[in-house]
Amino acid sequence: MTDVVQERVTTRTVTVTVNGETRAAEVESRLLLAHFLRQTLGLTGTHLGCDTTSCGACTVLLDGVPVKSCTVFAVQANGREVTTVEGLQQGAQLHPIQEAFREEHGLQCGFCTPGMMLTATALLKENPDPTDEEIRWALSGNICRCTGYQNIVKAVHHAATKLAGEGR
Amino acid sequence: MYPATFEYFAPTTLEEALEILDRHEGEAKVLAGGQSLIPLMKLRFAAPRALVDINGLEGLNTLAEEGGGLRIGALVRHKTCERSELLRGRFGVLAAAAPVISDPIVRNLGTVCGSLAHADPQGDWGSVMLAVGADVEARGPGGTRTIPIEDFFQGPFTTALEPTEVITEVRIRDPGPDSGGTYLKLERKVGDFATVGAAIHISFENGTVGRAGIALTGVGPSSLKATAAEEALAGRKLDKEAITTAARLAAESAEARDDVRGSAEYKRSVARVFVERGLRAASEGRSHD
Repeated sequence: MTDVVQERVTTRTVTVTVNGETRAAEVESRLLLAHFLRQTLGLTGTHLGCDTTSCGACTVLLDGVPVKSCTVFAVQANGREVTTVEGLQQGAQLHPIQEAFREEHGLQCGFCTPGMMLTATALLKENPDPTDEEIRWALSGNICRCTGYQNIVKAVHHAATKLAGEGR
Repeated sequence: MYPATFEYFAPTTLEEALEILDRHEGEAKVLAGGQSLIPLMKLRFAAPRALVDINGLEGLNTLAEEGGGLRIGALVRHKTCERSELLRGRFGVLAAAAPVISDPIVRNLGTVCGSLAHADPQGDWGSVMLAVGADVEARGPGGTRTIPIEDFFQGPFTTALEPTEVITEVRIRDPGPDSGGTYLKLERKVGDFATVGAAIHISFENGTVGRAGIALTGVGPSSLKATAAEEALAGRKLDKEAITTAARLAAESAEARDDVRGSAEYKRSVARVFVERGLRAASEGRSHD
């Protein structure tokens, strides 16, 4: 019955701290976090690759934990903190993980890079000096369609060295 | 891809969650990790009118040993299991399965109980629970009930759970002091479903097999308990001959089908090899192959 359908509340106001900034918007319950970030907030650094929870290109940090933003609803992020690739850089200063990906050529087309860097950031926070195996294991939910994995692993090692040097 | 419209609820108590489920008369779904449900909704294979997000509920995060068994609460993530020392040793089949569920990012959100409720025929946890022995605790409008895992799966994506019920936890039965197991999984790539998976659990009694638990993933309409193989092992010494026989019986019980992951014959062969390897690992007192 259509009148019942209309009674349903299918939108919600969400307040999310994105890259340190409080953002509020009224969204449809069914809006995915990835679309909230890209379309509602205009943060297009989060890439949608497969849209089927497989490739990890859309990875963001939700309260510091890597999640696939194509498989989380924006309403689930209400009251929580999200970090996207735009949040890595501090002013004009690239994050060490970004510098490392640039210096080690840890990207080819660059499409998977935001997801890779965010997953790597979470890894290094937990394990500041990972082995090759640990890096590959941690990044195994992120696919690089260019298959540029060698340099991605090198970049994560390089970032670990940089972060250790900075005492972070 | 956009799911169909739904009403979102984020209750803070279980009673409230149950009330919302009841009110929607089977048209609401429970959202825990969402790593199976959301993809289904995006494909519109599922279009619930309401989602009841249980992530804000207290007391569903328990992962603890109790009475020789193990309690895994509805909000315990795969990742927590992967890192838990509690799962090693006697619960080796769980320890071996946790790190091979999907991929690391999915494991951050996905839950063990959610995976059971989803009942994907290729889900790994179903086989693990059938092998080790477990009971599902469900709360509904009529109170709490315990569903033995042997009665829980009714077919692909179908369980004994009522649409107005929520799994609050899964309880692993006390496997006894001298027990162990492992999970072996063949997947084409990280994150893919199992081509074949084999869950092996053995509870020893005085050096012989007290109870054997063997279940297979990916070779049936739901996780498949290899009963004939289990029975063949009970009371026997876990020697080479017993292992070979059990592996053959397990493979024969597989209802494998040809698909993109391999032919039925290939899958049956893998099932036999995995059961053999898993049992050998158990006989050598190791939890991993």
